[in-house]
Order: sequence, then C-alpha cells, then structure tokens
Amino acid sequence: MARNIWQDNSLNPPELTLAQRILQINWLLLILVSLIALIGLAMLYSAANGSWSPWAVRQAIRFAMALALCIAVAIVDIRFWLRWAYLSYAISMTLLIGVEVMGEIGMGAQRWIDLGLIRLQPSELMKISLVLALARYFHGRTYDEIGQIRFLLMPFLAITAPVILVLRQPDLGTALMLVMGGATIFFLAGVRLWKFGIVGVLSLASVPIAWQFLRDYQKKRVLTFLDPESDPLGAGYHILQSKIALGSGGTWGKGFLQGSQSHLNFLPEKQTDFIFTMLAEELGMIGGLALIGLYMLVIAYGFIITLRCRNRFGRLNACGMTTSLFLYVFINIAMVMGLLPVVGVPLPLISYGGTVMLTVMIGLGFVINAYIHRDLEIPRRTDET
Amino acid sequence: MNRSADHDNHRMVTRRTLLLGGGQLMLFGALASRLYYLQVIEADKYQLLSEDNQFNLELLPPIRGRILDRHGMPLADNQDNFRVEIVSEQTGNVMTTLNKLQSIIDIPEHEIRRVLRDVKRKRSFVPVTVIENLGREEISRVAANTPYLPGIKIEVGRSRRYSFGTEAVHVTGYVAAVSESELTGDPILELPDFRIGKSGIEKTYDLPMRGNAGQRQVEVNALGRIIRKMPGNQGEPGADITLTIDMRLQKFAHNRLERGEGRWLSRDNRQAQEALEKASPSIRNQLQNRPKILINQKGQAVAPESGGVVVMDIHTGAVLSLVSAPGFDPNKFSNGLSANDWEGLLSNPRTPLNNKSIAGQYSPGSTFKMIVCLAAMEAGLATANTRISCTGHVDVGDTRFHCWHRIGHGELDMIGAIEQSCDVYLYEIAKKVGIDRINAMAHRFGLGEISGIDLSGERRGLIPSREWKLATLGTRWQVGETMNTGIGQGFVLATPLQLATMTARLANGGLAINPHIIAAHGVINDIPNMGLNAANLAVIRKSMRAVTMGARGTARKAALKIPDWEMAGKTGTVQVRRISLAERKAGITKNADRRWRDRDHALFVAFAPYDAPRYAIAVVVEHGGSGSSVAAPIARDVIAELHRLNPLGNRDQAGRAGLPTGRKG
Repeated sequence: MARNIWQDNSLNPPELTLAQRILQINWLLLILVSLIALIGLAMLYSAANGSWSPWAVRQAIRFAMALALCIAVAIVDIRFWLRWAYLSYAISMTLLIGVEVMGEIGMGAQRWIDLGLIRLQPSELMKISLVLALARYFHGRTYDEIGQIRFLLMPFLAITAPVILVLRQPDLGTALMLVMGGATIFFLAGVRLWKFGIVGVLSLASVPIAWQFLRDYQKKRVLTFLDPESDPLGAGYHILQSKIALGSGGTWGKGFLQGSQSHLNFLPEKQTDFIFTMLAEELGMIGGLALIGLYMLVIAYGFIITLRCRNRFGRLNACGMTTSLFLYVFINIAMVMGLLPVVGVPLPLISYGGTVMLTVMIGLGFVINAYIHRDLEIPRRTDET
Repeated sequence: MNRSADHDNHRMVTRRTLLLGGGQLMLFGALASRLYYLQVIEADKYQLLSEDNQFNLELLPPIRGRILDRHGMPLADNQDNFRVEIVSEQTGNVMTTLNKLQSIIDIPEHEIRRVLRDVKRKRSFVPVTVIENLGREEISRVAANTPYLPGIKIEVGRSRRYSFGTEAVHVTGYVAAVSESELTGDPILELPDFRIGKSGIEKTYDLPMRGNAGQRQVEVNALGRIIRKMPGNQGEPGADITLTIDMRLQKFAHNRLERGEGRWLSRDNRQAQEALEKASPSIRNQLQNRPKILINQKGQAVAPESGGVVVMDIHTGAVLSLVSAPGFDPNKFSNGLSANDWEGLLSNPRTPLNNKSIAGQYSPGSTFKMIVCLAAMEAGLATANTRISCTGHVDVGDTRFHCWHRIGHGELDMIGAIEQSCDVYLYEIAKKVGIDRINAMAHRFGLGEISGIDLSGERRGLIPSREWKLATLGTRWQVGETMNTGIGQGFVLATPLQLATMTARLANGGLAINPHIIAAHGVINDIPNMGLNAANLAVIRKSMRAVTMGARGTARKAALKIPDWEMAGKTGTVQVRRISLAERKAGITKNADRRWRDRDHALFVAFAPYDAPRYAIAVVVEHGGSGSSVAAPIARDVIAELHRLNPLGNRDQAGRAGLPTGRKG
C-alpha cells in the first residue's frame, strides 16, 4: 500500500531499496550513542563496586537489543510510521488507562504492566506515540489552519489526556516531559507565539490549584528542592548527599571506582537516577563535561537532521524525539545538581533500566528515519489518495 | 497548494528549530556552569563534607598508669577484661546462638532479655555485649566452641584491678565512670568505657596516669558500618606512680588494726557460729563479707576495729603505710557499683568511705602531752626536774579537774609524769605555759595544719586559741580550757597523719619533715630545723621511752621485745562521752560495758628504735577502749614487722644529710 502513495508523487526521487536505506543510516550518530552507552556500562560496573553483575551485563544486553530496534525503526519506510501514528497513540492510551485501572484495583503507584520478561511502562511508550501522533496531525495541517484555534483543540486534548493519567499515577517527571515534548511540536508546527503566552500564564495561574492535587511526597520534594539544607537527614538528604558527592569530586574526580560517597552508600539510587553524580564524583568536572558534550553532539545531530529534512512529518518527528532526549538529560542532570526538584527522571543510556533505554533508542530510530527519508516529499493527507 | 506559503512556512520552521536548538544549548551551558560551580568553586566545602561523611574519628583510650608500692609491687594495674559480644547479622538466628551460648556458660535470663532488646534496637552489624568480666576458663570454653556459635565474638577490654582491694584503698583510691560534672570537653572522657580517678592517688594523679589518647580514622558508610580502619597514632600510656608505701607493711598494719584484741575464727568453728548468732544485726552485717569471724576475749563476735595507722620515715617524711579501716573494695567501683553495695557502704556505722588516717579528727588525748611539756621547757618555765605532786585532782575556782588516777600519783618529775601519763602534772604545766605557747608549739609540730600529702580530703584538725574561740564561739578563753588542752582533750583535734608527723619531728631532733606518699617527691636536701633545744627534745624522747620501758610506764605491757630495738611511745585514751552520774552509780565505767560509739578512742604514738630513731607510728583505734591495752600492742606489732621487713634497707640512718627519697626498694 506504501507503493500507492509513492506513485502519486512524481516529483519524488526514485524509491530507496532496503540496502540503500541501510547505507543512509547515520552511523556516526550511532557511534556517539554507543559511546555514551559504554560510559554508562562503565559507571554501572563501578556502581556495583567493580562488578559486571548485577547491572552492567544486563544493561549491555538491553543496549544491544535497543540498538537493533533503533536500526529497525530507522529503516522502515517513513510513510508506514505516518500511517500508524494514530494507532500507536491509541494503543499507548489504552495501556495507560489499563495501568490506571489496575492501579485503582489495588497496587498503589503502579506505572507498568508486567509482561513477564519486560515491564512495559505505557507512559514511556506514550512519549514516542505522542510525538508521532502530533507530527502526523500537524503534517496534515496547513499554516493557515494551524493559525485557527479549532484546529488546535484536538492536539491539545491529545496532550492533556495522557498528562492527566500520568499525573494520577503519579509521575511528575513524565508528565512534565509529555507537556514539554508536546509544546515543542506545537512550537515547531508554527502555532502562534501569543498562544503559548496565554497557555503559559494560565498554567502559572493554575499552579496553586495543581498544588492541591499533588501527593504529600511530591509536595515535600518540591519544598525540599527549594531548601535542601532545611532537613539534611530527612527529605533533603538525597540532594544534599548528591551535591557533596559532586562537589567533592572536584575538577579531576576521585578516580574510577574511588567515589567514596557513592561506594559508601551515602548516595541514593546511584545506579539509576543519581548515576551522573557518581560519574562526576569519580571522573570530576572533566568527566561530567565530557558526557554533557557527548549528549550535546547527539542532540545537535538531531537538530541538523531536523533542518535537513524536507518533509514535515520527519522534521517534527526528528525534532520531537531529539527534544525528548534533551529533556531527559537536562531534567536528570539539573535534578542531581539541585537545580530542579527530584522528580525521578533517569539519565538516558547511562542509568540502569530497560524502558528508558528503549524509548530513547526508538526515538533515535525515528531521528535517523527522518534522515534517511530527508528528501522524500509526503502529501498532506495520505488517507485522501 | 501555495508554494510561497509553504516556503514561508519552511523558513518559519527553520527559524524556530534554530531557536529551540539555541535554547537547549543555553540550558546545557547552564548545566555546565552549575557543574563548574559545584566542582570547582565550592569543591573545598564539599570535600570537607565528604570526608566528614566518610571518616569518623575513633579515640583509642590510653592504658592507665599503674600505682606501685616502693618495691614496685602493683597496687593498681590493668587487667584484661574478656567480654562476649553478639553480632546479629552474623548469626543465623540470635535466639539459637544465645541458647547454645547458655549451654556453655551461665548467663542469667534477664541478661538474655536485655541482649534481645538491644539486638532489636541496634543495627544488625553493631555488636551487643552479652556478658562481661568472664574468667579465663569460661572464655576458653567459649573460644573452643566459636565454630558452633556464629556471630559470637570475644573482645578484650581493660579494667582497673586493685590487687590489695580494701587494704590499700585509702591510698590508691578508686576509679569509676565519668560523671556529668567531670566532663571538661575532652572527648576521651566521653568514651563509654573510660574511668576517672575519684579518690586517693587515682584522683590526685589522674592526669599523669591517664596518658594521651590515640586517634584513628575509621571509614564508615552511610549506615555507620565500619568499612576500613586507618592506621593512627597509638597514643601514650599513662605514667606509673610509685609510692613510698610498703605494701607488705600496709597489709600487715591493716589486718593488725582490724583484729584489735580479738582473734579470727573460721566460720566452721562452733564457737564462732554461736557467737555470730548472738551478735547484733549491725555486727553480723559488718562481718558478712569476711571469710572468718572476729571473736573478742569474751568470746563474743565483734566487728573488726576501725581507725587509722600511719607509719613514717622520720628523716624524710616518706609514709610507709597509711591505713584506714574499714576499707572497701575499689574493684567494685570500676566495674560499676550495685545500689546494694553502695547502700551498705553508706549505712555502715564505721564509715568505710572516710579515710581516717587523713580525714579522721580525734582528740589526741595524752599523746599531746609531749607538746605541752616541750612548750614549757622551751619557754623556760619547766625542766625535766620540775616536780609536781598529784593528789588525784586539781581545783580551779569551783571546778575540780580529775587525774585519770583517782587516788593520785604522788610527786612526779616530768619524765615520770609522761611515763604514767599524769593529768594533774599537765594541768599545772599547761596553766603555767598558757594556751598561746601551747598553740604555737602544736603548730610547729604540724598539728592544726594541712600537711599537703598527695591525697585529697585531708583535714586540718584543730588547735584552739583565744582568737579561735572568740571567733567561733563568741566567748573568752578560760583557764580551765587551757588545762583541758594540756591533756589533749577539749577542743584539740588531730588526724593520725598529724600525730605521726608530730612524733617523727620529736624523734628526728626537731627537723620539720613533711609527710609524702609519692616516691618521686624529689630530693629533700634542706629539711628546715625547727630550732628546738636538743636537750629538751632528749627529755621528751626519754620520757617516751619510759612509757614502754619504765617500771610504771602506761604501755610497759606493750614493750617491744627486740634486743637493741626499743620502742618509745605515748598512750592516749580519749573520752568520747562523759560518764554520767547514773552510769557511775550503776558501775558502768568500763569501756566494754558501754555501747561501741560511747567507748573511748584508743591512741598510741611511737618511734623506734629508741637509740637511732627511724620510724614513727601513730595508731588510732576508734572507740577501741584504752590506748595502752588496745592501741599500743598494735603499734608494737607493726614496729616488730618493720624491724623484720626493714623497708628502708640498711642505709645509714643519716637521713638528715639529704638522702633522695625517690628510690625504689
């Protein structure tokens, strides 16, 4: 059926074969990503006090699988993704509601569905699906249509519905990322700036109301963020210990496997959310800046691909996925350095955990996918042909 | 389709993409600068905090210095104290391990409950003490079974050991846990096992014996579990303190004092058992911790005598024994005294906590007579040949002053007066000399003065004067009071240490030696001469010889039976309570018929050998009865022991030439 669409676009360059698409894969980007993942493995090795088990080995296997998935996503025809974007959103939404219902039945703050081998976290899937769905939606709208509020109602709902569900889980970090990711697509699609202004003002106004809906521990995290030293052994303990670890690392760090804060367990969750702290304690500011630099390169690649891509779906996809990666990295690092409240966002490719790795690598798959199909022109309404 | 609109659209998207990328770049810049701020600008602050986290300073308590007698015999040292600890995380099951341990050594049930409570409260890697102060045999049984006792550890601590316990406690003193008021901010005082000197030498020399604590850094994790111990300095052990005490003599004198006129019978002895049954509860209590029963000459069970014995080198003032009975067991204090034991110490009528040798103040009685006679001779108001006739009493105004000898001694010279301890002679002499001269002479002999011996709690005693009476009682001095002072009664008070010092100064020819108990007291080159007439002193010494050797001497029965080694002394029997008219009528004049606390104090001071004096001794037996029959034999036996032990060696007795006193035996 992809062939159908293809034949209607005589201006397009000839169809790419699978081999050509594989050749078009942006290998340098994948090498950068693998480099980050390798650093992650080294850190997990250190977190386990110099042992490949229990984290590093499993993480390596996960990365290999995620890399394969990334390439698979990249080489599938972009119009296939365009066609299935809404369906993916629908599936993610269903799963999200499913988690909600199961959580209601009695497991409290449950964020995942246990499929035996993997724990599927629908809110992570939603980060991909939301970008895909919004990209497809705005792909089909003209600049004029985007200027009209009635055309913005549906995508706005598409963002708010999962955000409300995720907030109920409650997962402040993911909700924040969904909102920001969605807003990025809105911004790139050409939604007028004054509308952002209004929504921004409205959100600020609703902060006191939203405060009522926050759970006690979430309120505590926000308050702790504002003044971590107020309760050094209580809620502020984690962030204070994290800052001590970072600060004591100094310029050159304490050396690989030598992080006293991390290895003496002063640092909480050193293999997951606070892994950047451990890295910066052991490898110092130099190590921390190097990792941030690598992320910047990957993200810069994403933006270059965005600029290079001629079809809007690919462009929005690439930029949305890149921004999503940026948000992970920024929120996590800002959080462990005490610039943001502790909201439980892991550091992609470094933190131990499968779902985030999967999300980020699939996202990268879409970035590369946009690169492979950068010169392809796709009509606004695929379903009308 | 509008191409130009799409073109505009494309430019807009490019613009916005660049904007977004630029924004993200700036935010990354913010992260980088934050990293710089934390890791470079504030690095020092966090470095310190990190080390605070990582390292705890552990203090290693220094080994406390020992207390040694003059021959190097330890009176106080440190003993390994074995204890069994349990680490709950290393046991499979705490209860199972404890049950196994119980089958090997005896652990009371309430201790088991305490251990279980502590185990629950503490983190699983923190050791909990199961039982302390185990004997070697029990420890070796536990050690042999450790493979079957997971989580059980044997730890060695140090505890203070006083090998001679009660016999030396008033010299050594004792150590106990630091009380809140003793905290000075020195962290060593806050160590849970730290002990501080509370009395005696332990208190006076607490700081030098303490030494310096070692320090060690211990790496800990967030839960406080010790990961690694860093090497540190071991600190310095405390200094040993060597005393002038001869422990053999001290032990002998202590036991001799306690025995008094009685004898110890085994608890298996029928006579002893019967006597014990008849004894009052107070006496039974005081005999309770004794291996044997003390029986007096009448076959009654009696409490061991209380009082003090001080033996001194007359040339240096080195104290060879300083006994105060009853004593108490200092070992119990360092391991934590039970409330019961403490109650027992406080309720004992013989006040075991009071160091009677330095803090017990007694009327010196007739032992004071030498001072009065010497004052008279020095003032030129009397000589050895001054004769006074004793008719049994002297009347001054309306008051009649009795001699102890009711029918009177007849005419006596000074030597005879001291030999027979005639009171009338002294009344007359005292009246002539006056209180001022008596007071001055007493002070020259160290009475009414703090000697400055290295023990805390020393009392001053009392030598009355006109000014003193006016200031404290508000009335003028009466001549009758001078007469009473003349026989060492009335207001006069002295400690056994002061009486020994007085005797030493009489015996050494008027050198103002001061008592000391620390061997390292320094070389005494220059003992001030009191400037007394040697002939007068010789008269006093001769009169004291008459007390033991004379035909009518009050202590002739206690004469020392060693050839060329005569003891010269003076008895003292001090009325504690006037005998009432009713008692006199009822015929209760004998000490033995009265209640213990109403009986007279028995005193005896002496020096020996008479020809070349070396030792001075003072014996006070509280409510012991008569000085001649109770105190004098004790002094005689102690001096005989001195002769046997010869603690000063055979050095030339020319101590006045300035022999160092800091030597060991």
